[in-house]
Amino acid sequence: MSDFEPKVVAFVCNWCTYAGADLTGTSRIKYASNVKIIRFPCTGRIDFMLLLKAFANGADGIIVSGCHPNDCHYTSGNFHAKRRWIMFKELMDFMGIDMNRITFSWVSAAEGAKWADVVNATVTRIRELGPYVSYKEMVDKSVEEEVKNG
Amino acid sequence: MARIGVFVCHCGENISATVDCGKVADTIGKLKHVAYSTEYKYMCSDPGQTLIKDAIREHKLTGVVVSACSPRMHEPTFRKACAEGGLNPFLCEMANLREHCSWVHEKNELTTEKAIDIIRTQVEKVKLNSALQPIRVPVTKTSMVIGGGIAGIQAALDIANCGHKVVMVERSPSIGGHMSQLSETFPTLDCSQCILTPRMVEVAQHPNITLYTYAEVESVEGFIGNFKVKIRKKAKSLDEKACTGCGLCTTKCPQKKIPNEFEQGMGMRPAIYVPFPQAVPNRPVIDKEHCTYYIKGKCKVCEIVCPTKAIRFDQPDEILDLEIGAIVVSTGFDIKHADFFPEYGYGKYKDVIDGLQFERLASASGPTAGAILRPSDGQVPKNIVFIACAGSRDPAKGIAYCSKICCMYTAKHAMLYKHKVHEGNAHVFYMDIRSGGKNYDEFVRRAIEEDYVNYIRGRVSTVYERDGKLIVKGVDTLLGAQPVEIVADMVVLATAGVANPGAEELAQKLHVSYDSHKFFAEAHPKLKPVETNTAGIFLAGACQNPKDIPDSVSQASGAAVKVAALFSQNGLTREPLVAFVNRTAPPMYSTCVGCFLCQSVCPYQAIEREDFKTRDGKIIKTVAKINEGLCQGCGTCVALCRSKSIDLYGYSNNQVYAEVVALLNEF
Repeated sequence: MSDFEPKVVAFVCNWCTYAGADLTGTSRIKYASNVKIIRFPCTGRIDFMLLLKAFANGADGIIVSGCHPNDCHYTSGNFHAKRRWIMFKELMDFMGIDMNRITFSWVSAAEGAKWADVVNATVTRIRELGPYVSYKEMVDKSVEEEVKNG
Repeated sequence: MARIGVFVCHCGENISATVDCGKVADTIGKLKHVAYSTEYKYMCSDPGQTLIKDAIREHKLTGVVVSACSPRMHEPTFRKACAEGGLNPFLCEMANLREHCSWVHEKNELTTEKAIDIIRTQVEKVKLNSALQPIRVPVTKTSMVIGGGIAGIQAALDIANCGHKVVMVERSPSIGGHMSQLSETFPTLDCSQCILTPRMVEVAQHPNITLYTYAEVESVEGFIGNFKVKIRKKAKSLDEKACTGCGLCTTKCPQKKIPNEFEQGMGMRPAIYVPFPQAVPNRPVIDKEHCTYYIKGKCKVCEIVCPTKAIRFDQPDEILDLEIGAIVVSTGFDIKHADFFPEYGYGKYKDVIDGLQFERLASASGPTAGAILRPSDGQVPKNIVFIACAGSRDPAKGIAYCSKICCMYTAKHAMLYKHKVHEGNAHVFYMDIRSGGKNYDEFVRRAIEEDYVNYIRGRVSTVYERDGKLIVKGVDTLLGAQPVEIVADMVVLATAGVANPGAEELAQKLHVSYDSHKFFAEAHPKLKPVETNTAGIFLAGACQNPKDIPDSVSQASGAAVKVAALFSQNGLTREPLVAFVNRTAPPMYSTCVGCFLCQSVCPYQAIEREDFKTRDGKIIKTVAKINEGLCQGCGTCVALCRSKSIDLYGYSNNQVYAEVVALLNEF
């Protein structure tokens, strides 16, 4: 498992975490290259079905990150994201999806070093957990069952 | 069919040092739908932009991906270049190879592969981009300046002199800020009040400036050119029109033992007070917290003595609704106060004071009328020690930054002391002397060479009392870290400049970013030092970081020009990255079912109802409709919509799903 390089997708908001990750770059702080960032205007824009789409396409881990509470550029998008996340987490947990594979964090535009920490911690954790093959198995199995049950 | 052009920038060596740009351009060139792929050393330069423009025409490109720095840096540059090349600017996307790849990873295969993945993702996205037209919005040509210190005053006057209206909001009863507290200013030693107070008067009298003192910003909504601001005018318990500013009430008020904020607690003031004699406006306010009437329900001496019957005990706070086009934030700074320096005995020993307190001691309008007298017994200190970098550049104290002004004002303090106490000895403990600035270093040299101030390079470990004297223990690092002990009569700490209390709260109201020290963040550290990340909101002065008067004034004028430039236009164009509700053929009209859950989450009240009617006016269906002028494109409604009927230009469902799929799958 030592040569396993996890695929991690980061869903971030434009105003805080994307800018924070820019600062990580400007500060030349190094972090694991496994993570790839997708930019959203706001965490409130993030449809959590995207997370499942990412797992279905072979992601081993996911980071969702936006502005700290009260700092949202759009006033309240991060609060909506958080509420949605709480519901989604319960549901996913119930369905058997490994919640250790998702990191939900707040990284502001001034927290370049924190972004590197969040990425490195997530990649290390996912590396220990191994590839997320069970998601695909679970999805395939449920489709099979559905076909069988008509 | 899509014909995408990909332009890989080396950014000098910033990208090419760790990413194999040649390989990236080659690999991307082989992708389906990529009609053209190339690399260049500086894509943002004139030849780089020409390369893009020419390629758009030559290869009939339908979309462009510029793979360079962060879109937060150069997206407008490249969108403009595309427009000049004949391509709709919103068909251009950027792949962030610099901040998110080359700068944060080592040089290896994985980094180059990541760069390819980032570009692939953007290629998939740009294929689904729509050609959009900018949205026109009106501009309200009134600006608001928050904070009436020297930066705010300069910004307000400059904007007002351009012919635009300014509303100035100041939290305290008078404008003037910290500068009004200073005795003399470096490097010229001219009297602070002499240069400031005429400006204060000018603000009060300017026909284009409306001044609200003792007022605070309650809320800010809207966007550039169209902010809606609520201001709370705190009750002064005074009819300002009736009051003549005679000051009789302040002399008769029986409550006189309130520490005077303007004197940094070194003097007392009554409950009804004018902060200082040159205050603008020169009208008193009642400090409700300390006023005997408000505490015990009886007194009213001021009301009895007032010759014009101007006192209004029952005056409520007033909320003003204003339409504002641009905002300058100039709320200034504070300094670290008591209890932050127990090792220096601050707060325990009366004769250990901070820099602002020394300013008041040295000021002709101060509690001692300009005589340097120590607070404990009113004696002239014969030995005085100045400690620079008290808190600043001290990560152990949580303040790693340099407060910038202390080296200069410490030299000034030592000089002022020597000018007033000729036989006295002034000692300065310093880490480094940072005196960059016009005539600044000469000023420090003057303190050392002409006024014989004893500069000791080293830090002070402790200050304690022995036989009524303050013992300052430090080291002299230029003498091989030799311990130094000075018996002092008074110690002045050049304490760190910090963000104003309430800065974080204000930043949240304005939706501007701030750093870990609660200083407001500029949009770009070098090229946009005056702008914030929120369009239409600008910064001036020490609310961004500690800075001296010339820097604050320069930045304020910079901010004023930005506001004037904005107001020189009769309308603005805004990025059309807004939400929209889909439309289908009748009788369905839209997949929207009209649940209006989106309405409750929209922070901008941008979602309206639209009725579809028959010819005789009967409503067939009601669906949501986005008001483009109000929508800011956060997309919260998009993620919430249960029937997936709302989408967002620039971040559509198709686009973000395509990005996820592209990112994770090999091609």
